[in-house]
Amino acid sequence: MKGYWRKIQIATSTLRDGLKITSKHIMNARFQRTNLVPEADNYFEKENAIFTVQYPKEKLPVPDHGRYKLHNEIEDCIVCDKCAKVCPVDCIEIEPIRSVNEIGKTSDGTPKRIHAAKFNIDMAKCCFCGLCTTVCPTECLTMTDDYDFSAYDFEEHNMPFANMTPLEILEKKKELEEFNKQKEAANAKKKEVVPKATGARPNVGGAKPTFKPRVPGAKPKIASKPQTPGKDSSDEKEKTENKQKSVFKPRIQPKKTAKPVLKPKPKDSGDKE
Amino acid sequence: MYAFLFFLNFLLIYTVFAVYAERKLSAFIQDRYGPMETGYYGMLQTVADLLKLIQKEDIVPFKSDKTLFKPAPIIIFVAVFAGFAVLPLTSGFNGSQAQIGVFYLLAIVSLDVVGILMAGWGSNSKYALFGAMRSVAQIISYEIPLGLMVVCVIMISQTLNLQEIAFQQGIWWYNFAEGGENYLFGVKALGIETTNIGGFLTWNIFRSPLLLIGFVIFFISSLAESNRAPFDIPEAESELVGGFHVEYSGFRWSMIMLAEYGMMLLVSFLAAILFLGGWNSLLPNIGALKLSEWTSGVPGTIAGHLWGAFWLISKALLLVLVQMWVRWTFPRMRLDQLMNLSWKYLTPASILLVLLSAVWRLLMI
Repeated sequence: MKGYWRKIQIATSTLRDGLKITSKHIMNARFQRTNLVPEADNYFEKENAIFTVQYPKEKLPVPDHGRYKLHNEIEDCIVCDKCAKVCPVDCIEIEPIRSVNEIGKTSDGTPKRIHAAKFNIDMAKCCFCGLCTTVCPTECLTMTDDYDFSAYDFEEHNMPFANMTPLEILEKKKELEEFNKQKEAANAKKKEVVPKATGARPNVGGAKPTFKPRVPGAKPKIASKPQTPGKDSSDEKEKTENKQKSVFKPRIQPKKTAKPVLKPKPKDSGDKE
Repeated sequence: MYAFLFFLNFLLIYTVFAVYAERKLSAFIQDRYGPMETGYYGMLQTVADLLKLIQKEDIVPFKSDKTLFKPAPIIIFVAVFAGFAVLPLTSGFNGSQAQIGVFYLLAIVSLDVVGILMAGWGSNSKYALFGAMRSVAQIISYEIPLGLMVVCVIMISQTLNLQEIAFQQGIWWYNFAEGGENYLFGVKALGIETTNIGGFLTWNIFRSPLLLIGFVIFFISSLAESNRAPFDIPEAESELVGGFHVEYSGFRWSMIMLAEYGMMLLVSFLAAILFLGGWNSLLPNIGALKLSEWTSGVPGTIAGHLWGAFWLISKALLLVLVQMWVRWTFPRMRLDQLMNLSWKYLTPASILLVLLSAVWRLLMI
């Protein structure tokens, strides 16, 4: 019998406590939780207020350079291809066109020598690791605070950053082609005269050591590219791609023919040794 | 006829806003906003939901017992709505002034169980059947304390007529019957007459303080009667999906929903009339300050109607709000706990209260 009354007493007191708690919450519903940045001291303290953030209308503060959408400041980009190489998921697609002469300087004074015919970052593939931003030598590739970029089509996630028109691309390619031809001719002449004179080969002079390892590595990549992205790209793209093929083929072929020209080079090093 | 039209429309409008209020209240309890997008502060959310609901296909399961399945929502709703017939909304406005008002009300509301059983059985679904069986077991169990509490009030009031019960709890008793007089706490020996003071002092819970406990028991039982949490095991969304109405859709489902909210309102009206003074004012006359008279017009006049409707509806809606508050506070009870509460705690307490009320009645005369 004692237990009987005790149960009634426990039930009444616990029910009353429960109602007290919920009524407190109803009262606190007048307030809205303040938007705290994660650095705030009281970030983890529980606030007695409405927790909801009405998302598109209100946003919680995020760091300026969090792991969100990537952005490339193409004016500052030297198209060094480091980001594309370091990317673990290969979401950055770059098509470089070497410039005949220096294009200009980036905001930090680095000379730009390569045009970016294509600089696409596919945010649908991106794993937001941030490696590309750390390797970027001119800090033009950054992660922004924009995290809401959902789209109806995957294609919309493939963001182009290059700002060259097709005409410009074509022009630059032609320029380069002509330059290469001239150079070849010059090389051939030189070879006739002095077979050893290979030092003058890359017009970009000082930058040669940095670009040297890249060019052979990137070449097969570019050569194989037209097959894979060719299916999803638009007609226009395909056209340019086809053009690339025709443009690049001769570019590679002269190389092959030029190989004998390069051959002396290891001999060069051999000589050094 | 007026009462029919009034209550039907009132019920529909009330349901729309009660669903909204419930969603808002639950949201506030859980530190959320609730509906915010449709209309100002989400006010039109239920209207939009309702428009969607009546456009939905009326699905009748292939293997269901159609003769039981189809009319069940109508029976459930009619059983609940018929209860409104005897409610005295104001001093001169009610559907029926039947002398056996309360008795009729309890009887007709019990038909609800038949509708629920029809829905559960006719659905030919295990969840629906479980829900229906639980509902029947629960409603039958809780009708005992509920009925006994009504008996307590009847013993104090000596009438089954709801309008008379309402008249007794205010300053206008003499308008209904000669010679009625109220004493503080109903004890005549105290010699403090409260007939002309009115206000909350003449409410049934003050005419006989025992009825304060009675009111609590009535409220708990009425929660079970309307299948509301913490006694919502017939619906039990998390285990039975939706209980007895799991197979319903579209308009039939909305009828069941309407009946549930109607039931909440009906038991709240009944509680307000039986225990909280019906359409009488909350404020008592204090000497020259005739607050009770000022806040309740003379019966029969327009002011009387308006004040009466105001007081009764606000009391009922307040109780509905408390029902919602309780729902979003307490967890659902297990079936055995439910039966335990009814048979081991509420029923003995009710029987005791009936006995004590009889004794109290002796003090009143």
